[in-house]
Amino acid sequence: MSVAALPLTDLALNEEGFFLHPEDWKEEMVPALAAREGITQLTDRHWQVIRFMRSEYFAKGTGPTVRVLGKTSGVSIKELYQLFPKGPAKVAARVAGIPKPRGCI
Amino acid sequence: MSGGAARILFLADWFFRERGIRQDVDLTYVTPLDGVFTKPVASKRLGELLAAKGISVVTEFNTGKVDGDAGKLVSFDDREVPFDLAVVVPLHGGAAYVSHSDGLGDELNFIPTDPQTLQSRVAANIFVIGDAAGLPVSKAGSVTHFEGEVLTENIRRFLAGEELDATYDGHANCFIETGFGKAVLIDFNYDTEPLPGHYPGPVGLPLLKESHLNHLGKLMFEWFYWHALLPGHSIPGISSEMPAAGKHHATAVHG
Repeated sequence: MSVAALPLTDLALNEEGFFLHPEDWKEEMVPALAAREGITQLTDRHWQVIRFMRSEYFAKGTGPTVRVLGKTSGVSIKELYQLFPKGPAKVAARVAGIPKPRGCI
Repeated sequence: MSGGAARILFLADWFFRERGIRQDVDLTYVTPLDGVFTKPVASKRLGELLAAKGISVVTEFNTGKVDGDAGKLVSFDDREVPFDLAVVVPLHGGAAYVSHSDGLGDELNFIPTDPQTLQSRVAANIFVIGDAAGLPVSKAGSVTHFEGEVLTENIRRFLAGEELDATYDGHANCFIETGFGKAVLIDFNYDTEPLPGHYPGPVGLPLLKESHLNHLGKLMFEWFYWHALLPGHSIPGISSEMPAAGKHHATAVHG
């Protein structure tokens, strides 16, 4: 973990680990948040997705689903799965400090 | 879980049981979601129903490729599910014509819409309904029907220069046929997930539960659809707004 990383104490998260208050999020928390998801090496591509998730959330009120991410973030779905394994939209949302993206029913 | 996917699985289970060969058939529900439904109570109940019928569930599986020759689904993260017969729901989006007008739709061709008034966020004189709407609701007939009341009223108000009615609550419901002459009914809106209880009131069709009564309700609805809804009459007791009476506020943990 990076030395500059902020510890994650006192964060208000829901039972699935998503931020209750996206405004609590700070860039310095990202290394620790990512480490909790098993991501130890943060690259520019990770940051591209994280920043995109946040800007979409603040513009639209919900984070993008993985299909939308693949179309709009500049990162392909295949690569998204490499960057944020298992569930890219969910994992990236947790690291980006935004609520769980709403899937369709 | 989409109603359509659920019905296919439940009816296939019924079909193979009636044929006496169910033990020779594996039925698997494969979903990109992390549970069988987007909301916890229904996810748990429907999950139990699938398990009781011996239907397997594979979650968080985003299909990247359907390999017909090899007979397998391959996810973007290279997991595989074998099949003899796959029923695949393609990525859902709005109509292609939306993409022909710059700025009208989002990346999936849904039109950004105010969730309560159904006025588009693109232009004040565009109102949006049904499958065109970029709203967190099912793309279902019941949704379009319930939206219709608010939408027509708001077009009238807009033309009259009046304040818009902001009362669409995301109301949706649907029957899910589960085979053996039974069905499950679910009823929900933006804020209230599908819950057990009864619809439309404390005395009514059972919610989130298999019953013969729901199957009869489904059959009756067919008549209502053609003879009441399409000619523009309303069904007594069924309103645009989701009824709260009759719902039990169970939680996924205790329910």
